[in-house]
Amino acid sequence: MNNEVSTGGSVVLSMKNIHMTFPGVKALNDVAFTLNKGEIHALMGENGAGKSTLIKVLTGVYSMDSGEIVLDGIDRPIHNRSPEDAQKNGISTVYQEVNLCPNISVAENIYIGRHPRNRIGGIDWKEMNRKAQAVLAGVGLEKIDVTRSLGEYSVAVQQMVAIARAIDINCKVLILDEPTSSLDEIEVAKLFEMMRELKSRGVGIIFVTHFLEQVYEVCGAITVLRDGELVGRYAVSELPRVQLVARMLGHEFDDLAAIRVPDYDESAERNTPEIIRAVGLSHTGSIQPFDINIHKGEVIGLTGLLGSGRSELARALYGADSPDHGELWFNGNELKAHEPIDTMKAGMAFLPEDRKEESIIADLSIRENLIIALQAKTGVFKLLPMAKQIEFADKYIKALNIKTPSPETLISQLSGGNQQKVILGRWLVTNPDFLILDEPTRGIDVGTKTEIQKLILKLAGEGMTIMFISSEIDEMLRTVHRLCVLRDGMKVGELVNENLDRPKVMAAIAGGKIL
Amino acid sequence: MNRSLLHFKDILRKPLFLPLFALVLMLVINVIITPTFFNISIQNGVLYGYIVDIVNRSSELVILAVGMTLVVAASRGTDISVGAISALSAAICVRLLGSSPEAYAVPIPVAVTAALAAGLLCGMFNGFLVARLKIQPMVATLILFTAGRGIAQLISAREINGKMVPGQILYVRIESFKQFGGFLDGVVVPTPVFIAAGFVIVTWFILHRTAMSLYIKTVGINPKAGRLVGLNSALIIFGTYAFLGICSGLAGFISSSRIYSSDANNIGLYMELDAILAVALGGNSLGGGKFSLAGSVIGALTIQALTTSLYAVGVTADQLPVYKAIVVILIVIIQSAEFRNWWRTYQLSRKLPAGGIK
Repeated sequence: MNNEVSTGGSVVLSMKNIHMTFPGVKALNDVAFTLNKGEIHALMGENGAGKSTLIKVLTGVYSMDSGEIVLDGIDRPIHNRSPEDAQKNGISTVYQEVNLCPNISVAENIYIGRHPRNRIGGIDWKEMNRKAQAVLAGVGLEKIDVTRSLGEYSVAVQQMVAIARAIDINCKVLILDEPTSSLDEIEVAKLFEMMRELKSRGVGIIFVTHFLEQVYEVCGAITVLRDGELVGRYAVSELPRVQLVARMLGHEFDDLAAIRVPDYDESAERNTPEIIRAVGLSHTGSIQPFDINIHKGEVIGLTGLLGSGRSELARALYGADSPDHGELWFNGNELKAHEPIDTMKAGMAFLPEDRKEESIIADLSIRENLIIALQAKTGVFKLLPMAKQIEFADKYIKALNIKTPSPETLISQLSGGNQQKVILGRWLVTNPDFLILDEPTRGIDVGTKTEIQKLILKLAGEGMTIMFISSEIDEMLRTVHRLCVLRDGMKVGELVNENLDRPKVMAAIAGGKIL
Repeated sequence: MNRSLLHFKDILRKPLFLPLFALVLMLVINVIITPTFFNISIQNGVLYGYIVDIVNRSSELVILAVGMTLVVAASRGTDISVGAISALSAAICVRLLGSSPEAYAVPIPVAVTAALAAGLLCGMFNGFLVARLKIQPMVATLILFTAGRGIAQLISAREINGKMVPGQILYVRIESFKQFGGFLDGVVVPTPVFIAAGFVIVTWFILHRTAMSLYIKTVGINPKAGRLVGLNSALIIFGTYAFLGICSGLAGFISSSRIYSSDANNIGLYMELDAILAVALGGNSLGGGKFSLAGSVIGALTIQALTTSLYAVGVTADQLPVYKAIVVILIVIIQSAEFRNWWRTYQLSRKLPAGGIK
């Protein structure tokens, strides 16, 4: 660890010689981590590098095999047995997926478990609502009605509430585990403002993210993990972006810029048959009537802000939200029935945006998760023979480079990126003509992102038609032939060829003229 | 850590270990209390002994537990109407057979089919409420829980002093009806054991030779994902309730044959609770998802072993629930994940110096 920098300033948290083993996997091997007061410290690494495990060890979700955790102000090593322990010790966490209760009020969510009491020991609702309002105002969320259910607000707001809650618990160490993956740019800016404010108050912040830009915007130090081992601790100024990526991947960086779609030939569009034709398709409340024509072998992107209708359009096509008006033609046949089973049997596949809620079947093995869509397609009475199932599982574990000790491992034990690969495999097994990928790279490390982007281009080259949705514009520009722009639940235009560049796309999303 | 200890720990982690352990513990305690517990003899040409009695009497519970397992796995809820449906099916069966000492009013296969069909119909009703109208399982099945026995009473009407009076005990007066809850001619093993064993085996094959088992697990774990991969969650949940209806009908038929009559008040009484308990004792999560039929069968046997042994030590029927509750609490606590976590941390904290908590 040559590049290690000295940890100037006063240390608030130090973890040493951390070891942690899961059945068959050494998750953490002699890892060390040091956090200073008033420091925003990025924890970086690919999926499966051990970031989440390290955080869970710190917050008491997992108990480590051996190691030492020392926290400023506590004179002996601490051993958190649960997140509550960690919280009492001054370590608060905001997870990637919001871990609050959507069906109770915003104020209750902030004060759950530590409600202000009135004189007779009951909950002092007025006081609680007043304090909640003040806390939220402190993070720039004055407009929130704290008495309404949390579930009525967007995921972004819920995330901010989670952070407000963490801040209010007067913590020394705040862990933000991918807080920005569901936020738009304005919200991210707001979050960074909050983080800098906390930094000036002396809170140490551990920031886990996959967005390199954000690391360089807000962090002071970076710790890189790879395959459960510490690669090094660096000052941001000393580690250029390319170097960081090289450290994370452990090999010379396979430049993302090297991926590029061959120039799109509009005349080719007329030569390949139409695979999708939608006329006036709509789903009340989510997407206005839209027309779309997609040709075989095309990679079509959908872009727009969160809630613009980009996911909703895809969901209406697949029947995830069954459309209530309009016609849908697939491969020249009109699809009358619009349940997922019907569109799937016709040859569509759909990887939904919310991996945890709508994709993974947590208690089942990788093998079962992989074959479930194909099994549903073949029907209940034609059970795929076990040998066949294992063959599929082995094939896709290898082809997609899924890191797992065995195909019988539960999918819930994999890291996010590997879970996503399993879901991708689930759909590739069904050999679809038309594959919809809604945010396949969200919350996934750079290496896997590259792999998925390459895979998209490879599949398209083999004749598969792909619809790709991502909130990262650059990622889409690298992969798509054509970009549909959505705004406020309406399809407002399409961009091709010379118009596929960042400023023009941004302008279109924001409401400028579409060329 | 030496190898054998490692091996032992692997066994501890096996999902069926705890249910089996509970059953074995139950049997061991029985042997201590009643040394003749494992003795099996032949009296009057049939097998006789505690063990035989336990296996025999658990038949209805085994059948119900199998159906209940699937309902719990797919719908993350429980069906509390199974006891009442058993009573209803029994009443229909006995009513159809009639009380003439000379001949059955209808052939036995017809009566059995009617009993099973009644169970199926009730199950479909429950399934419709839960799967289609999305009513909470406990509330949906509460309807038949109360109404089922009422209908059974109405069916069990008998003419007394020129008036039809419901709620009577109807008797079948032909000896051969006893065979299904008793013994077939020349066979030493009780008939219900064959019925239950056959039923479990057939169910197991249907589940595992088709994709049904995988479908049920998927729907129970993540219904949204299930729908997106092309499964019809509502139909699958509906199917499990309909199937449990058939189980209830079959259990009711066996019970009525056992007592040679239909007693709308007592057939299947509290059986829904035992069935749910059997599922839980079998190590199945009542939160749905993964399931083990073998676990539920072991659970059912454990409950019956407990009941039989309590009778053996002289506990009266009205006191039985109290003792049963105590044992059940112990078993359930040992099996709970929370308790095991707590126990692990407790052991860990004795190894590691605790600290840091102000």
